[in-house]
Amino acid sequence: MSSALIDLVWQSTLETLYMVAVAGILSALAGVPLGVLLYVTRPRQILAQPVVNTVLGVVTNVGRSVPFIILLVAIIPFTRMIVGSSIGTNAAAVPLTIAAIPFVARLVEGALNEVSPGLVEAAQSMGATPMQIIMKVLLPEARGGIINGLTITIVALVSYSAMAGAVGGGGLGDLGIRYGYNRFNPTVMLITVVVLVVMVQLFQSLGDYLVRKSDHK
Amino acid sequence: MITLDNVSKTYGSGPGAVQALKEIDLQVPKGTIHGVIGLSGAGKSTLIRCVNLLERPTAGRVVIDGQELTAMDAAALRQARHQCGMIFQHFNLLTNRTVYDNVALPLELMGQSRQTIRERVLPLLEMTGLADKTKQYPAQLSGGQKQRVAIARALASRPKVLLCDEATSALDPQTTASILSLLQEINRQLGLTILLITHEMEVVKTICHRVGLISDGRLVEDADVGDFFTAPGTQLGREFLNDFLKLEAPQALIERLEPEAGPDTHPVVRLTFSGDSVATPLISRLAREHGIDVSILQAKVESIQGRTLGLMIAELMGSDMQTREALTTLESFDLHVEVLGHVQRTD
Repeated sequence: MSSALIDLVWQSTLETLYMVAVAGILSALAGVPLGVLLYVTRPRQILAQPVVNTVLGVVTNVGRSVPFIILLVAIIPFTRMIVGSSIGTNAAAVPLTIAAIPFVARLVEGALNEVSPGLVEAAQSMGATPMQIIMKVLLPEARGGIINGLTITIVALVSYSAMAGAVGGGGLGDLGIRYGYNRFNPTVMLITVVVLVVMVQLFQSLGDYLVRKSDHK
Repeated sequence: MITLDNVSKTYGSGPGAVQALKEIDLQVPKGTIHGVIGLSGAGKSTLIRCVNLLERPTAGRVVIDGQELTAMDAAALRQARHQCGMIFQHFNLLTNRTVYDNVALPLELMGQSRQTIRERVLPLLEMTGLADKTKQYPAQLSGGQKQRVAIARALASRPKVLLCDEATSALDPQTTASILSLLQEINRQLGLTILLITHEMEVVKTICHRVGLISDGRLVEDADVGDFFTAPGTQLGREFLNDFLKLEAPQALIERLEPEAGPDTHPVVRLTFSGDSVATPLISRLAREHGIDVSILQAKVESIQGRTLGLMIAELMGSDMQTREALTTLESFDLHVEVLGHVQRTD
């Protein structure tokens, strides 16, 4: 393997990590609060708001039903507005983030749904405000489930980032397609796949470790 | 201390509406332990949830320590709830908090300083026998220990009232006894008013001063525990008592019982003794004064809140005249006589 190829793989790995990190962090920052809102505005919940809940639910579902490759090109004008360009790694991070937010939100909502209603009731009986219930009961009790959801999101982002090549975003998927597939170089194809497999394994193990450490159920 | 004034609760509306509570009037004076007993689905849970407004009554007033909870806005209600601790059947401890942090939670919610929290939590853990468990998580504790944590947590905000929602129903008999004695101790030491709901007569017998019986959303009895156990005022009350005392006539006898007296029958009676009548040598007096024989089929003595309660199922063997006179004599004593039926003479 030539040193040029090693450089190329290393460069692409960093690009993938960069896109996954940016999209992962931003989608968590937006998706966790959205997931909380989706949960607490449900009927009979602590901040029941049926209309808000329905609207948020529909928006989230729309976000999740658009195929990523279409989202990627459909929001190019928006991407250009945010990062000033429609091509490159930064440009790829925008649609990745947009796609991951509703994904995170639904996983967080699911994790909150696993918290026993009795705990919320106990907190209410102690005179907790809705905000206190969210911060001191719901989020800490769903911590394991939320970390698990974020791990799933990160792994999905690794896979989605492979499509970023379509907007010149670089990364391992792009490398695999351009060098491995288009130039008939099975070695490069194999290397990119192996690196991706190792990356996903590492993220999943780290996620599992954090779940075990943070959850005392 | 706790007053429920004409409280009703209806779920839903229109023809599908379910009336869970119907015009409940209940008073729990300061420092007493008041039990509410009933079958599942009778409305017990709704009742206790209406006291701290986890369920808002559809009608009526809830007053705790002179404050009308039903008239408060959300913020005032949250303040009032600090005066009113609650424990639950399934403990409802936060799994990701240690024992210490669970007990600290209500104080954190009130915005108390770390220092104050420490000063309050440690003595409570001491009192509930958890001083060596502070750093453990609920998953590492037994059911009884979990309920002790829940009790400590409920007391952290120094409430005047403690609500217990089937607090011992998930525990084995031994653990139940230790939790009940802890509740009794708290009641005596802190003068805490306790309202508890349960389906176990044992709980009522062991720690309650007064007991209410709820049936189909209505409070059908409300009496001193001693009175309730000696002479329940309703059929349901009697069923609860009989079930608890397990003093039913033997099956073979029940099959022979006839509702009406015949020419050759003996009455079978259930006698409930309490107070002074326990000490009276009744059986020998009946034998001596009325010349009848008394065959004791079953008997049991219970001690309830310092009062002795005796129960006996007996066949009165004598002529028609003799047994009728014997029954009149029995009724003149301070005891409850119930004629279960009549059996054919076998002598």
